[in-house]
Amino acid sequence: MSTDTLTLGAASPEPIAGLKQRLRRAERRRKLLYGALIAPLALFLLVAFLWPIGALLMRSIDNPEVRGVLPQTLAILDTWSEDDLPPAEAYAALASELASYKGTPELGGAAKRLNRETPGYRSLIMKTARKMPLAEGVDPQGALMTIDSRWSDVDIWHTIKRTGTPYTAFYMLSALDLDIHADGSLSATPPEEAIYLDILARTFWMSLIVAVCCLLLGFPVAYLMATLPQDKSNTLMIFVLLPFWTSVLVRVAAWIVLLQNEGLVNQALMALGITDAPLQLVFNRTGVYIAMVHILLPFMVLPLYSVMKGISPVYMRAAMSLGCPPFKSFWKVYFPQTLPGIGAGTLLVFIICMGYYITPALLGGPQEQMVSYFIAFYTNQTINWGMAAALSTVLLAATLVLYVFYARRLGANQAPAGR
Amino acid sequence: MQPIADPIVTFRHVQKSYDGENLIVKDLNLDVAQGEFLTLLGPSGSGKTTCLMMLAGFETPTSGEICLDGQRIDTVPPHKRGIGMVFQNYALFPHMTVGENLRFPLAVRKLPAGEIDAKVKRALEMVQLQEFASRYPQQLSGGQQQRIALARALVFEPKLVLMDEPLGALDKQLREHMQLEIKHIHQSLGVTFVFVTHDQGEALTMSDRIAVFDKGIIQQIDRPDALYDAPANAFVASFIGENNALDGHIEHDDGDSCGVRLADGSFLKAANGGVGRAGEAAMLSIRPERVRIVADAEGANRLPAQVEELIYLGDHLRIRLRVAGNTNFTVKTPVSRLERSPGAGQNVHVEIAPEHIRALTPMPA
Ligand SMILES: Nc1ncnc2c1ncn2[C@@H]1O[C@H](COP(=O)(O)OP(=O)(O)O)[C@@H](O)[C@H]1O
Ligand SMILES: [Mg+2]
Repeated sequence: MSTDTLTLGAASPEPIAGLKQRLRRAERRRKLLYGALIAPLALFLLVAFLWPIGALLMRSIDNPEVRGVLPQTLAILDTWSEDDLPPAEAYAALASELASYKGTPELGGAAKRLNRETPGYRSLIMKTARKMPLAEGVDPQGALMTIDSRWSDVDIWHTIKRTGTPYTAFYMLSALDLDIHADGSLSATPPEEAIYLDILARTFWMSLIVAVCCLLLGFPVAYLMATLPQDKSNTLMIFVLLPFWTSVLVRVAAWIVLLQNEGLVNQALMALGITDAPLQLVFNRTGVYIAMVHILLPFMVLPLYSVMKGISPVYMRAAMSLGCPPFKSFWKVYFPQTLPGIGAGTLLVFIICMGYYITPALLGGPQEQMVSYFIAFYTNQTINWGMAAALSTVLLAATLVLYVFYARRLGANQAPAGR
Repeated sequence: MQPIADPIVTFRHVQKSYDGENLIVKDLNLDVAQGEFLTLLGPSGSGKTTCLMMLAGFETPTSGEICLDGQRIDTVPPHKRGIGMVFQNYALFPHMTVGENLRFPLAVRKLPAGEIDAKVKRALEMVQLQEFASRYPQQLSGGQQQRIALARALVFEPKLVLMDEPLGALDKQLREHMQLEIKHIHQSLGVTFVFVTHDQGEALTMSDRIAVFDKGIIQQIDRPDALYDAPANAFVASFIGENNALDGHIEHDDGDSCGVRLADGSFLKAANGGVGRAGEAAMLSIRPERVRIVADAEGANRLPAQVEELIYLGDHLRIRLRVAGNTNFTVKTPVSRLERSPGAGQNVHVEIAPEHIRALTPMPA
């Protein structure tokens, strides 16, 4: 009897251990299969999405211009004490490198890069390069100092050294309206020059207004769609999706036609006697808001609708049967259940807004331009990839912060078991 | 049925139509007694939910009047009626914990916090789920959610509680358990319950009285045993319990009893369940357990029968017979009462006492 029990007790862990192993093997096989299923998409995303984004973001700290033209000068400056003028070899190296790059676009790029730090250095470099090469036997230090007195100041050398590092925080700091000084200290850009923080704040503010307007307009529509019988709500859905069927450009152009001073809206308002003079509805903030809300409304309605569709109307009845008046029932019982939809819709609209370019560019004045306008400006017009990339990084970071915040809040609010 | 003294709810000539063409509820007259457990029983689509929703205030009667406690409530909005309600899928608020769900009706009534806590605690104790107050509804099993829904409908101490097929989503075993539990809660509280179901077994188990609905009309309203033993018409006879139907014509009408000539020419004496005069059609309703299988034709009210099939069910035997042209005539008999079970194809006789045969007016085709 007792031996029986003993053997039983000893035998039992054995098959369970085997079982666990087998289970783990099966799990692993399943995970491999899942991995194989998503591998093509993952690869595509990596090549076509993550890698280009990463490469672009790198540009915000990349610093190749000066380093490409003045490698020897920079090597000598490495050991320079930075208090006095650099040694004579630095002048010699600089003269020979300027001579060999004279007239090339690389030199122009380097000069422009220096000029971003201190205005005037571009012309200094170009002027000096024009005088190159120096005649045989001339002392390069003396020659440079006679070409321009700024060569006898340490500041240009500091600037060369600073702009010669492989990576720089210059663009990122500029995008945050911070100046870096010769000694490496930071300070806020003087208010009359600072623009990017204002633009970032404006981007946030305008996105917020658009998201809130979309919510206020979209919530009743989504509610109606969720409560109407299926056939009617399908018809309504077509109207909601209608804006998706025409290009954004066409819609923006249509808004210009509608909202301009002689446009339909103003004519109607004046015909009805609501105003005497045409209202300025376009090329200002009002126009941007109207068009953005119109374009982004579906992104609010769809998540709201999908959440509301899942909320049974019985909840409202239950609340009323428990003694709660209709509006309060809606507020206390229905509305909280729509919060995931509100969160998703608002975030979606907000994030799309943050990166919106075409609508403010076409429908807004200078005061309506958002971060993306400046990114386009730097890529297309001044070809300043560093600034464009830095602003993109700021925008991406802001979006990610928002998203993480939202995910946290939602995760905390949801009941543990979820629905 | 004698009229009910001091009813809590009265329906008077209530009609309801959703589309203006079809009457879903046709001339409903119903009294609900204080403290009783009344079940509205009927097939799906017979208008039970509609009646309950009119009482709760979510539908308005097309005509007629509904009174609660002697007051007309047709114009009172649902949230002011003070009627507790349990919905089929419980309708527990998913964004609130069990405790918050129970607090909800009390907080709406602005009771002091201490009183709310005490009532919530008592309600949870009543359904034996004290330790679940901080859980969310979706973390509970179906049966637990059902109990919480019941507790929530009772926590604000309504005089009347309505339940619309509250056990429909539970499996059979749990359903039977909950039937008894709800019945016990009803007995201990003395609150009036109006319960809707399409399950006649459920109705028989739980109710003080049952109102049988069909096509928007109450076919019969009575105690469960009276419904079973003395169905008022062919619909009730076939809807409640098992029923063998035999068609024939009235030969003579003697008031309480009558004589019926069946289609195949045989004759049976039966209790008169409100049929017409001699010559009119009648349907005989016979419960399977009231039939005795005998060998010969010597005796009153015996009919020849042929055994079609035997089904052994452990404690009892079901025997399917061909009787007077009906091949689906079922007899239920305890195994112990048969000394020798008949074989399939055997010719036997059945005997039914006249008081266990009810002659009823046939259902219109
Ligand atoms: N809101 C409504 N609108 C239109 N017809 C309805 C509505 N509610 C119920 N009906 C119809 O009324 C009839 C009775 O429904 P109901 O009262 O729910 O029956 P039961 O609860 O007995 O199954 C059904 O034919 C149903 O189609
Ligand atoms: Mg129903």
